[in-house]
Amino acid sequence: MPKLVATSTSTKVQSITKVNNFVVKFANVNGSGSASANNMFAKSVFRMGIPVSPRNIFPSNIQGLPTWYEVRISEDGYLGRCDNVDLLIAMNEQTIKEDIKDVIPGGYVLYDSSKVLANALVRENVNYLPIPLKDICLHEFPNPAQRQLFKNIVYIGALAAFLKIDFKILTSMVSDQFRGKEKLILPNIHALELGHQYAIDNFKCPLRLQLKRSNKNKGKILMDGNTAVGLGCVYGGATIASWYPLTPSTSVVDSFDKYCKRLRIDPGTGKKKYSIIQAEDELAAIGIAIGAGWNGARAFTASSGPGVSLMQEFLGLAYFSEVPLVLFNIQRVGPSTGMPTRTQQGDLLSCAYASHGDTKHILLFPATPKECFELATDSFDIADRLQTPVIVMSDLELGMNEQICDKLIWDDNRIYDRGKVLTSEQLEEIENYGRYQDVDADGIPYRTYPGTNANKGSYFTRGSSHDANAAYTEDGNVYAEVMDRLARKFKTALNYLPEPEISDMKKQKLGMVFIGSTNIVIQEVLDNLGKKGISLDTMCIKAFPFHKSVKTFIDNHELVYVIDQNRDSQLKSLLKLESNINEEKMYSISNYNGVLITAGHIEEAILESMPNLQETSEVPA
Amino acid sequence: MSYINKPKFKHPQLQTNELGLTRRDYEGTLTTLCAGCGHDSISAAIIQAAADMALEPHKVAKISGIGCSSKIPSYFLSKSHGFNTVHGRMPSVATGANLANKELAYIGISGDGDSASIGLGQFCHIVRRRINMLYIVANNGTYGLTKGQLSATADLGSKTKTGEESLYDNIDLANLAIELGASFVARSFSGDKQQLIPLIQAGLNHKGFAFIDIISPCVTFNNTDYSTHGYKNTWENYIALSEIDFVPMRKEITTSYSAGKAKEITLHDGSVIHLHKTSGKYDPYDKENALHHINKHKKQGKIATGLLYINQSTSDLHELQDTVDKPFNTLGNHDLCPGNEVLIDINETFR
Repeated sequence: MPKLVATSTSTKVQSITKVNNFVVKFANVNGSGSASANNMFAKSVFRMGIPVSPRNIFPSNIQGLPTWYEVRISEDGYLGRCDNVDLLIAMNEQTIKEDIKDVIPGGYVLYDSSKVLANALVRENVNYLPIPLKDICLHEFPNPAQRQLFKNIVYIGALAAFLKIDFKILTSMVSDQFRGKEKLILPNIHALELGHQYAIDNFKCPLRLQLKRSNKNKGKILMDGNTAVGLGCVYGGATIASWYPLTPSTSVVDSFDKYCKRLRIDPGTGKKKYSIIQAEDELAAIGIAIGAGWNGARAFTASSGPGVSLMQEFLGLAYFSEVPLVLFNIQRVGPSTGMPTRTQQGDLLSCAYASHGDTKHILLFPATPKECFELATDSFDIADRLQTPVIVMSDLELGMNEQICDKLIWDDNRIYDRGKVLTSEQLEEIENYGRYQDVDADGIPYRTYPGTNANKGSYFTRGSSHDANAAYTEDGNVYAEVMDRLARKFKTALNYLPEPEISDMKKQKLGMVFIGSTNIVIQEVLDNLGKKGISLDTMCIKAFPFHKSVKTFIDNHELVYVIDQNRDSQLKSLLKLESNINEEKMYSISNYNGVLITAGHIEEAILESMPNLQETSEVPA
Repeated sequence: MSYINKPKFKHPQLQTNELGLTRRDYEGTLTTLCAGCGHDSISAAIIQAAADMALEPHKVAKISGIGCSSKIPSYFLSKSHGFNTVHGRMPSVATGANLANKELAYIGISGDGDSASIGLGQFCHIVRRRINMLYIVANNGTYGLTKGQLSATADLGSKTKTGEESLYDNIDLANLAIELGASFVARSFSGDKQQLIPLIQAGLNHKGFAFIDIISPCVTFNNTDYSTHGYKNTWENYIALSEIDFVPMRKEITTSYSAGKAKEITLHDGSVIHLHKTSGKYDPYDKENALHHINKHKKQGKIATGLLYINQSTSDLHELQDTVDKPFNTLGNHDLCPGNEVLIDINETFR
């Protein structure tokens, strides 16, 4: 251990005392290797049985720009974002001034004291934890790249001492992380020990911010939504993924690739039971999925705003010619290039009605990583059953951040629903097969795969107007019949789409409606408002078109708060348009600053609405 | 254009092929193209080619983009599934279809607007990906359905019916296909059945990406004396690098050729192409030579046709990706789903 003196900060600040309930924010420079170190911290907290939610707030950049990793630790399980920072790991000189401002009075700032902290950065009411990270690494590691990387590991080691993280958990995590690269295990553990020892030698450890083992994570996993989607595609029977790289959707295909390499290699021949095509653009990506879907294989593409915009024409073709496919839209901030690495639920309207003419698409809204897995698997059944595109609407918040959720389960008795597909034998028994005949009066016609029967069942698929037998027509009445049948099909769709999740109806006068990633903040909102005597029923919508129960829920409440993560209240608009809901009954709360809406934001908006509310009705108690 | 239903009558003495099918069994619906359209000759050539080689109609999938050219799949092989997709995007749909079932024969039909303008990107990438298919471009140098605008394959100086002159160099799709790694590249003329039918047959039997650029005059908008894609210019400047015969694997080779007069190419399935030299020594295995020939003739205002290039030692996409033998669209739960026990293990990696 080198003799290094910590920079004195000579403060006697009142320290905050918090156990299992605080926010640690890491401010780093993109590309400095901080991500895996910070992740190690979050996962240690998870392994200690304490609810935790890490969030990456990163730039659209490879190296050099600021990046933050926010870790909220909450014994109560409040895992949304919280703006108050209790402990800052200040590793970025570009942002340190602003970062320090975010720390609450009595909070802590860990910084690299190899360089003297500028006077301007000294706040009287926070505690400083100076550690000469650079000097320690310079002394201990000969390799320049390692010197940089291990600064991150050293501060994790220090955090273990400061916060009382079980050191064994950290070392076991290093072993897990570098399995197969054993050479790296020892230096990493050494770096952890350096930080740990330095903290013990120079500070009173632990701090008054502390972690205490808990048992809240039994039966839970810590997973990000995109990984869950990719795995869901493997379980759902997808064989073809065609895509164009686009943040924040890229890791969907990375995950599919990873699990296919492990689970989809034929043991006898070593050959692949899957194909991944990195297409030349998103147009080709969705075209490939359509060609595969038409020919009877399960295919998907994953993208985000700009890519989904490019896919519009093909979505119209698939809707009108009735070809199944699954599109995962991991939404990011638009319009245009927008903020590529920030989150939004801004594509609701553009996806519900994607493409020109009267089109409408099935949308699914997963709210947890577990639902990302489940709805990914379901989406292929739904697309096959309804012979139409299914768009799974995730977002960057849910897709790229790890969240705690229940373990994934697969029912081994489940058989894929390939929908109405005729075999050669079935075709032989049919006198007049017509591709678009509504035989069952449910709007869903029967399809055949190319090559099924030598004499029967062939048809010509087209995006131009066609009759019930798939023949070209410019007869307006025949066209209208097909369009009406498609509308009927969307009524039938409700039989196959997940119902909204409605909280125990306490028959409150107030309700709250939301989708997707908003879900993670709801419990905190309910508990905090409950303390103020305000109770709400909640409804988490899982699919579009909306079930009848969606309208019933809103009708049964005097006022319903509709939470949107976009400027234009798109969920509210869609509810108004599609469920014939009186707009007056809906109160819009929206956030569109690129990060997840906070519980505080929703609470404030609801409280603000109250005076008006009391004028018009007796709500609330 | 015809507006009556096509009669289903078949003459009882029509010749049948090995599958017991007649030429009529390979036809499609009645054409809606203009009388004399080159594209109808292409349909006829495909029908003849498929019937002669006894292709099972339902084992073929026909995929096209948008435009006059892309209507062609309606007019042949009505027992095959067809897919008329969106403008310029046939290659991606064909790629997906091919991935889903490697056992069908795929015929992609496109036009010069579809492949050389709006779909040039997709054209390039399907060539790179080596999809096992026959890709035909019905090339008339003009946009027929929108009434005669110049297309990107129109040669510099070529004029349309309204006198509009092409100010830009053309895109030569055959050149491009050779450059990008297509393993079978030919050029032909809708008016030359003798050459076109065996080329189609060879292209269908070639394992890998086979491309045929077919000059197919637009009689309504681009058949002037000043158009390089009209009948007059094509007949006058048409040079066949070789004459071609196609002998399917099942047929006994009865014609004999004296040594040195014909080049024999045996395709993967055992069928054979014979190339009879007509204009000097032409080696279709030589990529640089092929490009040289095309460009040399072009400079002289001539159109080099025939089998321009062939390479039988490349792999198709399925081989490159090492996919299983069974078509993806026949795989079910048992083949694809890892089951709950595996999921229990996966859960542990997220603890």
